[in-house]
Amino acid sequence: MSLMHKFMGAAAAMALTAGAAMAEPALIFDLGGKFDKSFNEAAFGGATRWAEETGGSFREIELQSEAQREQALRRFAEAGANPIIMTGFAFGNVLTEVAPDYPDTKFAIIDMVVDAPNVRSVVFNEHEGSYLVGMMAAMASETDTVGFIGGMDIPLIRKFACGYVQGVKSVDADATVIQNMTGTTPAAWNDPVKGSELTKAQIAQGADVVYAAAGGTGVGVLQTAADEGILSVGVDSNQNHLHSGKVLTSMMKRVDNAVYDAMTAGMDLEMGFNIMGVANGGIDYAMDEHNADLVSDEMKAAVDAAKLKIASGELEVHDYMTDNTCPVE
Amino acid sequence: MMDLVTILLPILDSTMRLATPLLFACLAGLFSERAGVFDIGLEGKMLAAAFFSAAIAYTSGNVWLGMLAGIAASIALSLIHGLASITFRGNQLISGVAINFLAAGMTVLVAQDWFKQGGRTPSLQGDARFGPIEFPGAAALADVPVVGPIYSELISGHSFLVYIALLAVPATWWILYRTRYGLRLRAVGENPAAVDTAGVSVIGLRYSAVLICGLLCGLAGAYLATGLQAGFVKDMSAGRGFIALAALIFAKWRPWHALGACLLFGFLQALSLRPDAVKILTRVDIPVQLLDALPYILTVVILAGFVGKAIGPRAGGEAYVKER
Repeated sequence: MSLMHKFMGAAAAMALTAGAAMAEPALIFDLGGKFDKSFNEAAFGGATRWAEETGGSFREIELQSEAQREQALRRFAEAGANPIIMTGFAFGNVLTEVAPDYPDTKFAIIDMVVDAPNVRSVVFNEHEGSYLVGMMAAMASETDTVGFIGGMDIPLIRKFACGYVQGVKSVDADATVIQNMTGTTPAAWNDPVKGSELTKAQIAQGADVVYAAAGGTGVGVLQTAADEGILSVGVDSNQNHLHSGKVLTSMMKRVDNAVYDAMTAGMDLEMGFNIMGVANGGIDYAMDEHNADLVSDEMKAAVDAAKLKIASGELEVHDYMTDNTCPVE
Repeated sequence: MMDLVTILLPILDSTMRLATPLLFACLAGLFSERAGVFDIGLEGKMLAAAFFSAAIAYTSGNVWLGMLAGIAASIALSLIHGLASITFRGNQLISGVAINFLAAGMTVLVAQDWFKQGGRTPSLQGDARFGPIEFPGAAALADVPVVGPIYSELISGHSFLVYIALLAVPATWWILYRTRYGLRLRAVGENPAAVDTAGVSVIGLRYSAVLICGLLCGLAGAYLATGLQAGFVKDMSAGRGFIALAALIFAKWRPWHALGACLLFGFLQALSLRPDAVKILTRVDIPVQLLDALPYILTVVILAGFVGKAIGPRAGGEAYVKER
């Protein structure tokens, strides 16, 4: 009997180690879908880069409904996928419940903090990136008036706004920043009509560069800015291509880097907090052929200098969420 | 004076754009409810129309085809509402809620399947969207003080559908109050038994009203996606169908008053976009949220009977049963 036990134990241990050696990473896309031109697509880009460079393969699933969230997590965990990476704060609650059931599986969640020993929480320093694009907006503006259009009025979006204003003021202390929030309910993320009208209202007040941190509402902002002949700044992923030559730059959260790093680390993935900022390439501004003519060499030099300072800690951009206040208006 | 014009003009301009979808939806609700069929599915129909107009305008490159597709989608949902609440005598409110859910889910699902862009359509360009219509002499008159900017910016330069919405108001009034059809339509919402006794089909009249409702909601959706915007984004109707319902009650189910109510609600929405202008005009800091909430507050005030009384069509919300 005792022998049998030992034998079973050894077999189980072997199975475990074999499983660990062969474990494939898995990636779960949120409801927006794999090709959403934003968050999820960036994650997919990072995973593809990892697969091409290492020759490895990864498992993936695109969620089709809210109910699949937990199901997908458990399926991957039971199939031995490791680490399991998921995009989007909406996984927060589900992961809090699922993670303790699979202590040997490592999870990585992007844009949300889940406090569990086997979860890596990746969050972004959006205020640093907003600071950089704020500098560029102020330098590109001829009227010394720039605009900010947020989605729902929540601390996270005020963090974007506050970083942006600090960036603008660092270039031109007298510049005016017009700030509008689209609304106070989740409907504010998907109201491009109101985004358009807010853009027109800001143009009427003299703004000639607008920064949209507003999800689907931002589609209306960028569209109207392009129609009315002013510049706009995209958010989250590189949105320069949406209106080539009309989008000054985009504040990029390098979700692709976060996914790439997690997959590269594989089983050695460190748990706990992971802050992606300017310093480790997690936050950046977008440059490509669509905005090359809009960004002058001085602008680029100034922003790159600021990037170095932020990275070295010489320049600290105030984070609104630390004390819920912003030093500048 | 000039200052006032420069401040107010963009706000009034924005009022026109924001009031148009409300006006279409409000008139749509007016036809339906005047015939005794409550319709809280205005929002869903608008959303479905917004998606299909954008999707077909994108694939065909022709905004007119898009508009027709939007109207068709909206009418299809109207027929479902009609089938459930007129033919099968179901609860009109529940059918309306179901249509809202159906539209919210279906549009994103189909958009994802067709375009794979996270539930939105690609952005429309050129002939796939409604451009502004410049009135004759708008550019020439633009420099005339006061009158010039009012003519060239406020009156001219909107998309085709804005003018259609404005024309729909007298048309609705004429149909309701000056035609035999209108008289019967109003009667069927007040006392369907009398209409039935006179030998006119209650079911037929109600279906016709629901179809007109679908047509107008279709125009509202097409305006959102192809006039105001260049494409569909999920849930882009953002509660406008419900504000239109509030406007309908505020207007006490009358066409000209509906125009007034929609313009007022549109104006309040436009004001909330410009906290700076509000401050200049009133010298008081009014919270944006209050301006956003005002349409609903005003509607509640009206419903509570403080300012007149809002009494809907008497047979509204009830299916007609011939034999008891």
